[in-house]
Amino acid sequence: MADGTGGGETIMATSEIAHAHAAPQGFIRKYVFSLDHKIIGIQYFFLALTAVWVGMILSLLMRIHLIWPDANLPLIGHIQPETYLSLLTMHGTIMVFFVLTTAPQGGFGNYFLPIQIGAPDMAFPVLNMLSFWTTFVAFVVMIAAFFVTGGAPLHGWTGYPPLSAIQSTGPGEGLGADLWITSIAIFCAASLMGALNFITTTLDLRAKGMSLMRMPLTVWSWFITAILGLLAFGVLLSAGILLLMDRNLGTSFYIPLVVVNGQVMGHRGGSPLLWQHLFWFFGHPEVYIAILPGMGVASQLLSTFSRKPIFGYRAMVYAMLAIGFLGFMVWGHHMFMSGMSPWSAFAFSILTMCIGVPSAIKTFNWLGTLWRGNVRLYTPMLFAIGFVSLFVSGGLSGPFLAQPTLDIPLHDTYFVVGHFHLIMGVAAIFGIFAATYYWVPKMFGRMMNETLGKLHFWFTFIGTYAIFMPMHYLGMAGHPRRYSQLTEVAYLHPLIPLQRFISIAAFITIGAQVIFVLNLFWSIFRGPKASDNPWEATTLEWSTSTPPPHDNFGGHTPVVHNGPYEYGVPGADRDFVMQADPAISPHPAH
Amino acid sequence: MGLALLVVIWLITFISTYFFIAKTWWLPAGVSAAAAGIDRQFAFTYVVMGVVFVLAQCSLGYFVWKYRDRGKAAKAEYSHGNTNLEVVWTVLTAILFVGLNLMGSRIWAAERFEPAGDGALKVEVTGMQFAWYFRYTGPDGKFGLTSPKLMDPSSGSEAAIGLDTSDPAAKDDVVTGTMFLPVNRQVDLTLRAVDVIHSFFVPNFRFKQDAVPGLAIHMHFTPNEIGDYEIACAELCGLGHYKMHGMVKVVSQEDFDKWLTAREAEKQ
Repeated sequence: MADGTGGGETIMATSEIAHAHAAPQGFIRKYVFSLDHKIIGIQYFFLALTAVWVGMILSLLMRIHLIWPDANLPLIGHIQPETYLSLLTMHGTIMVFFVLTTAPQGGFGNYFLPIQIGAPDMAFPVLNMLSFWTTFVAFVVMIAAFFVTGGAPLHGWTGYPPLSAIQSTGPGEGLGADLWITSIAIFCAASLMGALNFITTTLDLRAKGMSLMRMPLTVWSWFITAILGLLAFGVLLSAGILLLMDRNLGTSFYIPLVVVNGQVMGHRGGSPLLWQHLFWFFGHPEVYIAILPGMGVASQLLSTFSRKPIFGYRAMVYAMLAIGFLGFMVWGHHMFMSGMSPWSAFAFSILTMCIGVPSAIKTFNWLGTLWRGNVRLYTPMLFAIGFVSLFVSGGLSGPFLAQPTLDIPLHDTYFVVGHFHLIMGVAAIFGIFAATYYWVPKMFGRMMNETLGKLHFWFTFIGTYAIFMPMHYLGMAGHPRRYSQLTEVAYLHPLIPLQRFISIAAFITIGAQVIFVLNLFWSIFRGPKASDNPWEATTLEWSTSTPPPHDNFGGHTPVVHNGPYEYGVPGADRDFVMQADPAISPHPAH
Repeated sequence: MGLALLVVIWLITFISTYFFIAKTWWLPAGVSAAAAGIDRQFAFTYVVMGVVFVLAQCSLGYFVWKYRDRGKAAKAEYSHGNTNLEVVWTVLTAILFVGLNLMGSRIWAAERFEPAGDGALKVEVTGMQFAWYFRYTGPDGKFGLTSPKLMDPSSGSEAAIGLDTSDPAAKDDVVTGTMFLPVNRQVDLTLRAVDVIHSFFVPNFRFKQDAVPGLAIHMHFTPNEIGDYEIACAELCGLGHYKMHGMVKVVSQEDFDKWLTAREAEKQ
């Protein structure tokens, strides 16, 4: 525990005046419109949990339709080709925005960033509350798209105009598409508020002794993610507003002269490629917004459960900074086949390959952390190891797609679908699962069931590989993505058995997620009580009580004396030295 | 548990790799001049990435098992890393990735930095929901005018792309729904789209290019084997995306000339 030297108290006293708020009493102020970052974090977490079930059920319907196109489903009936495209659009959009962006950053980041840096709350609690409820409104607007005339849009999560910009290009491109864009715009505003809050909190509210280079890698990952969000979401917001104007006010930002169904539209002189540039200027950093927090969690857990300091802490920080920085200069690799200049493709390609370098550093250092460790295989650690495995598998298909030459046969095929699902989908989800099993004891004061957790891990780990690895084979054989039926193109016929295998693997994997939800809710209410530090970890959230009090540290402020991952320190009386413990002296090996 | 992880990670690694090596599912037969080079680069990238994949996954599985907690007072090594090692693998990865990229870029440059040669056959491809049309210049070697106002997709062929028959250069233009190409002759392709973005994808040619409304995109390639090949649309273009499908018939120059003459005659 903190020894509370005088200087630390003075600094914190100032910030407490600015940010502290009394513990609320009524139910509404305490659990609904709460200013407490911990409650807001939990709200984000459950929003993402709701969203992930919606997104997953959409994918279940897609997989059913692909292998049984004539199936007559209860409630939904027969899935039409255009319905399939709506499912696909909404699956992608909901997963990217309301799960992969919401859970790791809004959920766990919100809950644990302030605690891990020793702050009583976020810098701007009201803004924090607003950002959650704005996200919630965005989600409601998104879901509403299913229920309007014409249904949800069919233009894919990337929403390329003119398909997304003109109502007559297909069903769902009416009000459904307007709601889709509006929801994304609202989401962008919410994310901008969140990003500002995360950045300010990290820079201004660190406890005494919590220097930047003593911050846990999770904090670094949330901090860098917030910077990416601040720079990326504004661009998407603007792009979305222009698209809404093209759709409803007759402007022509993205639409040249086009003839839809034999009818000459009124637009002139716009550029469909402009949207792609703006969208991917957001869209590529978004990939890192989804995966960076997972990297932070994986680093934290691999070190904790290997009982060994993280291998190359500084290199890990610099690698994340490099990934974030380079991430803004590679968007063109989504556009090699778009009609963009082939010379710029060359530049984007080299920069993309450069991102492989910090990514490789991270992988090497994770392996280096396990090496000669004392690995404790609890459920959170299994998911962290799964994260590394999936990150490697998904990452290594990147250098194929990053080469324009190889992108010619692979672009817009299932190879891409397999690639990004492994790396930004499932790897990020494994980061979320790892974080859930690791932090639920702190958040709800109850341990999760290990047996159910392990069962969930095995089904999910093997299942995701069974789903997404074969997609690479489909892609190599030339299977384009976003095809609702596989009967029209003859060379797809031999690939149908593989599609069937993927669907069956998906059914099993989706079914196994029931284990997770049962375990989560059963544990929150009935699980064995968790101690303050069940994993024998070092960062500040494990120095406070379980669950943490309203002001996080019960009226006093921690002072940090050590780095975040001091495990197995020679001469220490136990195998870990917490950040708030007295300083290790002399400080070795830095 | 450590052993189970080792076995599962290794099995996943070897089974995935087996299907790549056995080429159970692989790139379809390549029948254009560029295909061999692209396939070589693909295979080389695959070998490099495959080695890294197997090494990384196998070490992950092995470390998890080898360094598992055995319950005794075994203590992990206290180390914050090794700067020399990190510099070595950073430099190696950088060389590997950038080198791989530069190797492949020669093919890209040949395909996309230079325009088509002089003797190339001009073909214009037009994508619309949900069909492909192919236009040939006819004897005059020139494409005639088209007009958006004249486009009538329900009538097909010339009318679908809005060919302006009052233009003399348009009189001998031939528009078809199936693409005919002479073997071993370069094709000078112009890609257009009238409504939304489509993508002209012929897996056997290792050829893909988006067709974008408002742009006329020039590309070239040379088919080098007689046969029928499928065209698939590779950019989501609406509810009929899955059936926006066409055929390329690669024939001898002689058969091609005969076919074109017959089509010209039909028009008169």
